[in-house]
Amino acid sequence: MFSYLLRRLLYAPFIIAGVMLITFVLFFVVQSPEITAKNVLGKRANPKTVQDYLHKRGYDKPLFLGIGRKKPGQAGNGIFDTIFFNQMRSLAVFDLGVSDVSGRELKEVFREGAIPSLLLTGPAFVAGFFMAVGFALFLVFVRKSALDTGGVILCVALMSVPPMVYIIFGQAVVALALNYFPAFGYRLQSWSDARFLLLPVSLMIVISLGSDARLYRAVFLEEISQDYVRTAQAKGVSNTRLLMVHVLKNGMIALITYVVAQLPLLILGSLLVENFFGIPGLGNTLVAAIQTSDLAVIRSTTFLTAILYIVGLTVTDICYAAADPRIRLS
Amino acid sequence: MNFALWFQNFATIAGLGLVAWIVIHGTRSERWQRAWSRLRQDRIGIAAGIVIAIYLGIGALEMIEMPHGKYGSISILGWLTQGVPIEKSYSAPWASTSLSLSKPEKLKGWHLLGTDALGKDTFIESLRACRTALLIGGITSAIYVPLGALFGIFAGYFRRWADDIIQYVYTVIYSIPEILLLISMLVVLGKSIFNMSLALAVTAWVSLCRLIRGETMRQTERPYIAAARALGQSHWNIIVHHLLPNVMHLVLISAVLGFSHLVLAEAMLSYLGVGSPIGTPSWGVMIDGARGELGREPLVWWNLISATCALFGLVLSLNLFGDALRRAFDPKRG
Repeated sequence: MFSYLLRRLLYAPFIIAGVMLITFVLFFVVQSPEITAKNVLGKRANPKTVQDYLHKRGYDKPLFLGIGRKKPGQAGNGIFDTIFFNQMRSLAVFDLGVSDVSGRELKEVFREGAIPSLLLTGPAFVAGFFMAVGFALFLVFVRKSALDTGGVILCVALMSVPPMVYIIFGQAVVALALNYFPAFGYRLQSWSDARFLLLPVSLMIVISLGSDARLYRAVFLEEISQDYVRTAQAKGVSNTRLLMVHVLKNGMIALITYVVAQLPLLILGSLLVENFFGIPGLGNTLVAAIQTSDLAVIRSTTFLTAILYIVGLTVTDICYAAADPRIRLS
Repeated sequence: MNFALWFQNFATIAGLGLVAWIVIHGTRSERWQRAWSRLRQDRIGIAAGIVIAIYLGIGALEMIEMPHGKYGSISILGWLTQGVPIEKSYSAPWASTSLSLSKPEKLKGWHLLGTDALGKDTFIESLRACRTALLIGGITSAIYVPLGALFGIFAGYFRRWADDIIQYVYTVIYSIPEILLLISMLVVLGKSIFNMSLALAVTAWVSLCRLIRGETMRQTERPYIAAARALGQSHWNIIVHHLLPNVMHLVLISAVLGFSHLVLAEAMLSYLGVGSPIGTPSWGVMIDGARGELGREPLVWWNLISATCALFGLVLSLNLFGDALRRAFDPKRG
């Protein structure tokens, strides 16, 4: 088991390097920094302003290697003083740099956005997980009946509605027309302000319920065809106990793979929900960055979440190995 | 009518022909015949299949252009709906006057689902948006399905370094959250239908490749592959004549289910402002427009509802049809 974990841990840096390379190629090679600068400063920007902008961020250096003849006015001393190596160096120590548009420190931006995002996604994730597991168990309990078929079709139908329609509808009907909840805004002062989050959280649960319940149902059905279930049935274990104890416990091991890896991604929040309800989380920051084409924000968010996800996957493997003795032995 | 439009017509017919060819060709294999006889008894599956065929038909009507006037061209759907006039602005379904509290004007025609901000008939716009959804799903599938299936077979059959490389590439892509990678690519590449298909293909092949890799590994353990190797068959022959037919049904199922995901992704990306270019009839763009319309007085709800229903119908029937296919091919697990 130790060598397995060691292999997993050693694999992670290689994947992070790959992610770095992809983001670099996308944001510096496919779209050159000059175009980025023009997008931010406007098409008719003064060439001097563009040059200053590029120089301030170190984008006027050579792309990969600082060898060969330099273009007039190009910065960079030495072979390794290039955009590529500077980016890699700063990303490796989590120095995210500044926003392309506002010039704010990105670390600050992320620190501020993380809490509202987590307040939104955390409760939604926990409640949504239990509801999906409960619904899936119910479907497994009534398996091979019309109720089961109907439930699965309901799940598929829930999945087939685009997420923004739920949000538009929730905001228009529940908040604006019926006036049960505030339709917009976010405040963090007292417990009564939880009402700002109630509607967004419930919408997030509805959005993911269909696909989650369907997936968990498949996992539990897979579990129920195992030999130990037949043994338990032969011993006279009741159907309820069989599901709630035997199948649920073993099915949870399989659910770990889906769930633990998602945990670090909660910090990203939800692009659509946050944008709609004006919650100042990371998702909202990202939508704003798309609208102002702030590539630095998009780049660092992509990079950060990828790292978090890789951490999540590695932790998943460790949990899996800890929970399932079969993995430990092989 | 220029060359590009003729090419578009040709590509449309070729694409539909390809789908028909896969189905007809597939029915030669015994596994497919058994699945077909099971599918015929699946009422939900058949109904979903018919709905998909209707959507495909509408999409094709909008895709095929014919000469119109002296130099121009018009799609068949556009030609069929020529009689529906364009109004000045919003009008409610079935209404006879335009939607204005102060000065309602008499409408030029009758509109089943009302009209949008530019006075276009909402029902016809939702039908025309089929084309965008099917186009993006079609181009993306045409790119990612062959690549994902082949890479999966290569990784599962050759193992060792081929497996290592393919696994590394897809782990890297997989570790970037899908929506972020899509947004990053589209922000950089710019809005267009082709760019969107390209970006979606980059993220979509991963899951197919993993699935096919696993199944290929299972298949290569079976005696028939060992027998083919012992008889001196080339790698290429084994892959094309033995492995591919045995994983083809999985490719078909995940292509159908993946298609529904692509249609949803198109709407979502258009909504976020990195998807379909403005002016393209697209469900995502229509839903995006509904944000402002719901705040209006009187309420404009028909654009949101018709776009959502059209999108929902396609995605739901693709999902149900995919599930029915899975049940038909693999009755024990379905």
